[in-house]
Amino acid sequence: MDKNKILMKGNIALCEGAIAAGCLAYFGYPITPQNEVPAHMSKRMVELNRVFLQAESELAAVNMVFGASLTGTRAMTSSSSPGISLKQEGISYLAGCELPAVIANVQRGGPGLGNIAGSQSDYFQTTKGGGHGDYRTITLAPFSVQEMYDFTYQAFNLAEKYRNPVMILSDGVVGQMMEPVVIRQDKPQKQKHNRSWVLDGCKNRKPRLIRSLLMAEGALEEFNWKLKKKYDEIRKNEIRVETQDIEDADIILVAFGIAARVAKAAMKQARSEGIKVGYIRPITLWPFPENVIRDAARGKRKFLVAEMNLGQMVEDVRLAVEGKCPVDFLGRPGGGLINQEELLNKIRSLK
Amino acid sequence: MNKILSRPESLTLIQHSYCPGCGHGIIHRIIAECIDELGVREKTIGIAPVGCAVFAYDYFNFDVTEAAHGRPPAVATGIKRVLPDRVVFTYQGDGDLAAIGTNETVHAANRSENITVIFVNNAVYGMTGGQMAPTTIEKQKTATTPFGRDIKRDGYPLKVCELLAATGGAVYLERVAVNNIKNIMKTRKAIKKAFQNQIDNKGFSLVEVLSQCPVNWGMTPKESVKWMDDVFVKHFPLGVYKDI
Amino acid sequence: MQEEIIIAGFGGQGVLFAGMLLAQAAVEEDKKTTWFPSYGAEMRGGTANSTVIISDDEIGSPVVVHPSTLIALNEPSLKKFSSRMKKGSLIIFNSSLVKEKVEFPGIKTVGIPATEIADRQIGNVKTANLVAVGAYLKQRGILKLGSSKAACEKVLKNKESLIKLNQKALESGYNFDGK
Repeated sequence: MDKNKILMKGNIALCEGAIAAGCLAYFGYPITPQNEVPAHMSKRMVELNRVFLQAESELAAVNMVFGASLTGTRAMTSSSSPGISLKQEGISYLAGCELPAVIANVQRGGPGLGNIAGSQSDYFQTTKGGGHGDYRTITLAPFSVQEMYDFTYQAFNLAEKYRNPVMILSDGVVGQMMEPVVIRQDKPQKQKHNRSWVLDGCKNRKPRLIRSLLMAEGALEEFNWKLKKKYDEIRKNEIRVETQDIEDADIILVAFGIAARVAKAAMKQARSEGIKVGYIRPITLWPFPENVIRDAARGKRKFLVAEMNLGQMVEDVRLAVEGKCPVDFLGRPGGGLINQEELLNKIRSLK
Repeated sequence: MNKILSRPESLTLIQHSYCPGCGHGIIHRIIAECIDELGVREKTIGIAPVGCAVFAYDYFNFDVTEAAHGRPPAVATGIKRVLPDRVVFTYQGDGDLAAIGTNETVHAANRSENITVIFVNNAVYGMTGGQMAPTTIEKQKTATTPFGRDIKRDGYPLKVCELLAATGGAVYLERVAVNNIKNIMKTRKAIKKAFQNQIDNKGFSLVEVLSQCPVNWGMTPKESVKWMDDVFVKHFPLGVYKDI
Repeated sequence: MQEEIIIAGFGGQGVLFAGMLLAQAAVEEDKKTTWFPSYGAEMRGGTANSTVIISDDEIGSPVVVHPSTLIALNEPSLKKFSSRMKKGSLIIFNSSLVKEKVEFPGIKTVGIPATEIADRQIGNVKTANLVAVGAYLKQRGILKLGSSKAACEKVLKNKESLIKLNQKALESGYNFDGK
């Protein structure tokens, strides 16, 4: 047995990934199904002599992250869907001030208070802005407890590299489930990033300013173009996608997060029945792997998108497919996991 | 010849954009003088609000950030928790601190965050054009109370020092004014104490500064300093509300 | 091989813990595993369940509609999940709390008076969950008793007396001879 393999919950893996990455400050607020995160952090961060604070609201928590982040400190907050709505103000300001931060969403059903079951209905919110203004949030979608650990670990470097908020878009299923996880034994890899923007007192240097208000004529436009350049750079460098068996496929399944696990299992079963099915899993939801999907959209192929919502990522798939192939959709809203048998029947019907 | 007055190092050369008779300029200068005197300019991080004082970041000659409307106490908490040896203060108006940011204010006070809060109360929303503030007094006319503040509809003026005095965490709360020399000197003393408290690790200190806004009060600067004494101070009595 | 187990009972009967223990035993044997809890509003008194999947291959959904094993610690759980069992599956039920005759076509059913054994032999009624798990280990033969006992040490960390108690419960269930 691998000694570094530890059975843990997705929410705990999220914490441990952040801790391993050298996250020095966590600010959060309880909401199901991510309650294990503030609870675990309240113990671990304090034991490690790092900062933990239960904020008075999600709004306050994300603004505390804003404060810690502007000092160049690795900081994180987490919540679930209704709480993430409240954090959108802060995420927009983080983007507008070009501050690095990691925000985890353990999605539950919505709209409104919805329910506490796992869901994927915040895809639009996360990838299309969420808060106000012309900005983008790098989004990683883990589909296993190991990825909760790894992606959170990696998110801090991404956030610092681009001075941009990074969202971990998981869900109640990945957050609540347990799986064995391989824990890193090395020291946090901290890439050298430019820190000439950090506010920590103007000793031996000129005072600095971090703001998002740009009232001078043309100043905001110039800044927006600068952001665009950065976002293009992220698109060029950071797209992550998992593909399997797309070469000879007649049907291409596209799914993200926990739904992709069901899709992968359905694909295997379909293959065993002689149906040629391929699989594409966007890991970064923004930047979206549109090139991979565009390249796969050829011949008489059919696409099938499976999501735990009423059809959100399917719109991005359709944009990437550019009308070259039919794109079908199987969705399950309300916090229910996609049923593998149902997905398989859908695949059979497309054959 | 002895130099008896000079620009504090903590102020930049940039000309203020405040209206004639506005109290913000006086308060900025007091803060800058106190920070200079305490010798903490190089370890100070200020937080500008949303409101008239949003441009405060241009006027202070030390590190400054600007927070979302009402969130300066949360941002200050984030900074101070990771850099406890820096001097962190928020500069907030009545809308920022006592309306949209009441929650952040009350909880930062209650946790006794070791920060300094400068709360400028001028009974009105300045930047957006003179609308009702949480501290607008009864019957006061504003852009959104054209018939005067109606207690039945709009509720009562919110008294922040009195409210925060009930929290376990606030260690120093004082209400002062900047409408005459005597009050300005008292304000100076209070603000310096609020910073000294932070340096001494005492906890949450807030100075509420009653400040004149002649433009939105529809008065001349001269009338505004008089109205402060005759009316405003009657609703918001000056003095120390907590000092432990 | 893919084994899909639902362990169900009253909230407070330790169905989440029992599942966690099986998942940890699977880790001890270097098998792939997932554990997923019901995490509804009920903390005590309601019905609770956890799903454990043990496999040699990559596991898809951690939630199953038609499990291959049901460990039912009370009657409502047996009623709730028995109709979902697939052909050739196994049901272990707590005969201390299920008084009706249990028979389903095409499904192997094994009753064990887990609550009575826990009470009389172990001296702690709360260990009924692991008595039932012990019986499961024997019936299915997928996980070894030894790795489950090792899992007790991992899951309960330094709580020596609890480890011993739970290991004893596993053994009693494992060695139960139907009388």
